[in-house]
Amino acid sequence: MIQLDHIERVFQVGDQKVHALHDVGLKVERGEYLSIMGPSGSGKSTLLNIIGLLDRPSDGQYFLDDKDVSLLTEKEQAKTRREKIGFVFQFFHLVPRLTAAENVELPLVLAGMMPGERKQKVSEVLQAMGIGDRMHHRPEQLSGGQRQRVAIARATIMQPTVILADEPTGNLDRASGKEVVEILERLVDNGLTLVVVTHDPELGQRAKRQIKMVDGSIVSDTLRSV
Amino acid sequence: MRITDTLKFSLSTFRGSPARTFLMLLAMSIGVTSVVALTALGEGARRYVTDEFSSLGTSLLIVIPGRTETTGGSPSLFIGETPRDLTLDDARALLRYSSIRQVAPLNIGSAPVSWKQREREAPVIGTTAEFLTIRHWEMAQGSFLPAGDPESAGSVCVIGQNIRNELFGASSALGEWIRIGDRRFRVIGVLQSAGRSIGIDSQDLVIIPVASAQALFNTSSLFRIFVEAKDRDELSRVEALVIKTIKERHQGEEDITVVSQNAVLATFDKIFRALTLTVAGIASVSLAVAGVLIMNVMLVSVSQRTPEIGLLKALGAPDRQILVLFLTEAAMLSLFGALIGLILGELGIWVMILLYPSFPLTAPIWAVVSAVSVALLTGLVFGALPARRAAKLEPVQALSRR
Repeated sequence: MIQLDHIERVFQVGDQKVHALHDVGLKVERGEYLSIMGPSGSGKSTLLNIIGLLDRPSDGQYFLDDKDVSLLTEKEQAKTRREKIGFVFQFFHLVPRLTAAENVELPLVLAGMMPGERKQKVSEVLQAMGIGDRMHHRPEQLSGGQRQRVAIARATIMQPTVILADEPTGNLDRASGKEVVEILERLVDNGLTLVVVTHDPELGQRAKRQIKMVDGSIVSDTLRSV
Repeated sequence: MRITDTLKFSLSTFRGSPARTFLMLLAMSIGVTSVVALTALGEGARRYVTDEFSSLGTSLLIVIPGRTETTGGSPSLFIGETPRDLTLDDARALLRYSSIRQVAPLNIGSAPVSWKQREREAPVIGTTAEFLTIRHWEMAQGSFLPAGDPESAGSVCVIGQNIRNELFGASSALGEWIRIGDRRFRVIGVLQSAGRSIGIDSQDLVIIPVASAQALFNTSSLFRIFVEAKDRDELSRVEALVIKTIKERHQGEEDITVVSQNAVLATFDKIFRALTLTVAGIASVSLAVAGVLIMNVMLVSVSQRTPEIGLLKALGAPDRQILVLFLTEAAMLSLFGALIGLILGELGIWVMILLYPSFPLTAPIWAVVSAVSVALLTGLVFGALPARRAAKLEPVQALSRR
């Protein structure tokens, strides 16, 4: 489903060129649970951003569902993000002035869905996340774990095929971190593809397939022996 | 994204930062208020002046002896050449044209007016019965000068309210004999105090038949001839006719000046219109200032909301959508500001009307429409730069900012 070939990503920092990614090739099938690990600066977040179409590779090809997405226009890329990809961030990225329900509703609003239809979906997803009673709270009135659950609800409401999570537990205590991971893993059980970027080995080792990155290259790609 | 959702989203940003929203609304509304209130003032002044002139009658021509024209040539040519006087016969000669409704000769002077022990100096006008309708004056008591031969020097007079009060006090003036200069006149009428009048105040006037005035002031000439045309549209034709007639009567010498009420009116109208436009222009500077403020605050808002913009992009909002969101925000701010400004402006006008009831104040429609559209336009123009900046943000960098 996701296929990366010879991906390069070069940043210009002052006079210097920094190779964030170098000749990265990766193939991810539908329904896989994948973790990308590595020290900071190893390019794992850059890789995730490229998979998520937030960043464009300097060179190489990226096929998403057998389509070369690097050829898409900005508008088409936005549409692809909206329909196929859900993001979960370390810092949640909820809009502070909107309630939990309104935050979850945002992707549907951007997609232009009718309001009646939206309300139904939003409350369903929030119930499924176990925070139905927090629907009308603002982010500042929610705990970290609850915030991340709102963010996951937002990432899944458009029923994407892949969830990209960048340090999803990085800003949570152990208990709520564990809850969040369990929720994410439940998504995999339901057939979604999950890519988790982390430098926390404990989280990374839960994934069936583990990728290690160093200095912009993939150094190992192992399957967890069950 | 649906339009209603776009509007709702912008509204939510106003809720998110009420102080910022309030300041922007304030700036915009001050701009619109000043445009509306100042143009109302300018327009009011224009209407006031034109109304004044219209009360004199717009189909009126005033014939003045002498020619106001500078000509070249040797001064010696003009030695011994005085302009011929306007006479009663000149006035009467004009009456034979069907396009002229009525003519009123006018003589003016100053004379002591007395009744019993009371005396005062007053402007005395000699004219005919037609003058009343030409000036649109009305009588408070009695009647105006009798119609008839202007050459007959009747001993009757009409007085203004002030003169009546000062000479007669509480007692009745009608039928009393007063002395004007060295002659005696019977009071046959008192003028209504006119609401407004340019030139001589009708309340201080004494009016006597023109022939009596000529005798009183020992002159055969006239000060003015008022000519009222039948049809306003024929005014220029009547003007030519008047000049031609009097020229013929003055041995081919064009020695009069004809002033049309319309020409004066048009000039004043033009002056005040220009004044109103100028004032509107100055006021709209404050609109531009409001626009700059909107730009400034929007730029701050874009950098404050950078993570949010990154998030919207990650959730699948195309650049255009971000642009539309921010432009909508700017447009809504300026529209709301403009509406508040309109309300404040109308309120200001209302207060001014309470203070000066006789002054005709209304904000002209063109000013209201252009103030609102200029406000909207400045909002969009000055909102464009921040909105473009927001749309062009790189999602990765926008998201990494916290």
